[in-house]
Amino acid sequence: MSRIWTFGSDVDTDQIVPGRFAPFMLKEGDDVKNYAFVTANPAFNKEAQPGDIIVAADNFGCGSSREYAPAALKRRQIGGIIANSFARIFFRNAVNLGIPVFVAPDVVAAVQDGDTAVLDPATGQITLNGTTYQMPPLPGFAQEIITAGGIVPYVRTHGRFPGETVT
Amino acid sequence: MGQTLTEQILSNNIGRAVAPGELIIVRPDVSMGHDSLSPGIIRTVQQQLGAAKVADPDQIVLVMDHVAPASNVSVANSHNEIRHFAREQGIRLFEVGRGICHQVLVEEKLARPGRIIVGSDSHSTSYGAVGAFGTGMGSTDIALSWATGKVWFRVPETIRIDVSGRFQPGVDAKDLALKLGREMGIGGATYAAIEYHGLGWMPMNMRQTIASMAIELGAKAGIFPPDGEVADRFDVPEWLFVDETAVYTQTISVDLDTLEPQIAIPHAPDDVVDLSEVIGTKIDAVFLGTCTNGRYEDMRVAADLLADKQIHPHVRLLVSPASRNELLRAMADDTMQILLNAGATLTTPGCGPCMGRHAGTLGEGDTCFSTGNRNFQGRMGHPSSQIYLGSPMVAAATALAGKITDPRTL
Ligand code: SF4
Repeated sequence: MSRIWTFGSDVDTDQIVPGRFAPFMLKEGDDVKNYAFVTANPAFNKEAQPGDIIVAADNFGCGSSREYAPAALKRRQIGGIIANSFARIFFRNAVNLGIPVFVAPDVVAAVQDGDTAVLDPATGQITLNGTTYQMPPLPGFAQEIITAGGIVPYVRTHGRFPGETVT
Repeated sequence: MGQTLTEQILSNNIGRAVAPGELIIVRPDVSMGHDSLSPGIIRTVQQQLGAAKVADPDQIVLVMDHVAPASNVSVANSHNEIRHFAREQGIRLFEVGRGICHQVLVEEKLARPGRIIVGSDSHSTSYGAVGAFGTGMGSTDIALSWATGKVWFRVPETIRIDVSGRFQPGVDAKDLALKLGREMGIGGATYAAIEYHGLGWMPMNMRQTIASMAIELGAKAGIFPPDGEVADRFDVPEWLFVDETAVYTQTISVDLDTLEPQIAIPHAPDDVVDLSEVIGTKIDAVFLGTCTNGRYEDMRVAADLLADKQIHPHVRLLVSPASRNELLRAMADDTMQILLNAGATLTTPGCGPCMGRHAGTLGEGDTCFSTGNRNFQGRMGHPSSQIYLGSPMVAAATALAGKITDPRTL
């Protein structure tokens, strides 16, 4: 069972990880994952466990292109992010890092902070208060990247981008 | 059926006609990294992707602008890592003091009509000012482009913005950029490209202001047709033109004749009000600079308001020119002299305090009026600090009075 952490609309990357905690601003041995939502949601920062699920309203991850924002969530081993919509750069960063992301307004509408759920990232099924929702799958291209654990492992394994024909 | 500018540029790159929604692999003309993220990108290229050499050093450009000159030992070490990488790989690097990446790439004509430019910086939409497809990406995408020469794109739909009329006195390009945020919201153009129409008369600096803030609408790119001053300064490929049969998902109209000065209030760039609603708000720091409003013309309009005057004793006015060239332009006439005589502090050309890491970080409870593009909570320093965004004219009037002031009333 995973705990659900809910967020509102327009959560920007400064809220996910404030710029002053950029990895290169940190002391040797410190980790950007220690600053996930450090001011925007201190409870998440202290308590979120691997597998926990983030559920947000509209435009999650807007603002700066800083990849260390999704990277901090990846390093916290977040089980997935479900939202009404994502900011473009955040969405592609999350896919590239292999974080399961789902656009599923019905799930967003059904959850409350602190709910528990079971998410199967491969099928996009989530069970919540006894109801199972089938979330729309990502385009095949993105799903292939996430299944590989991210674009870097994908390209390393296949020597090409998904869908690319190497001549 | 014709193509939008974005579709033309992406089609030209891959050698066949593309349609919105398609996933394609392109070879960007330029892939830009700046000092803040390049060390991590280099590690991804070398350690994770195992690439000893980049695919094409000529495709890559590095710029030292975000925390430059270095603010502490760890930043200095990161900078040295970038310098070392650039020399070893034969990559062009623009050093500390050359300017903000988005300004430098335009000045160097690395950004030009019809090109695809990806950058490790969300304001890479700025290159749309010169008719290029510019877009920001995360470190992993940029690392892949360095290692393989390629990136993946979803071909975006295009939103058309039709502008009519002319700016009235006291109103400028920044007000239009903020107005678009007010109308469309911070996610109003997510996944889409924007095309600006009706602005053939608009000088390049103003186009840069507007295109830089396309990302504040969530857009993938914000492109101006390569006409007017851009066509005078750059070669425009003959396949790049406005095709009136192109299909847009949405058309938004804005009339400049009735546009009032716009101000973004804390803590979101789309939380925008008319200037009249925030007149009198007390301000501690005024920041004139950034890729949005740090050019000569921005400094000039401020100087016109500050000539023979002194800024308010409780205000600090920081000026960060967008590039060395822009600073030199401001020194070639009396612009910089007026600003300094009025009490301004000049920083190194570059991002300055825009990101809150150096050169004017805000303290607890500080309120700043900035000509920049983002006012998210804590962006320029302490989380309790407040940022208002507006035009250089309003910034100058505000520096004089110590509170948000309408330049038309001076
Ligand atoms: S001036 Fe500000 S917004 Fe522009 S590139 Fe620099 S940090 Fe980013």
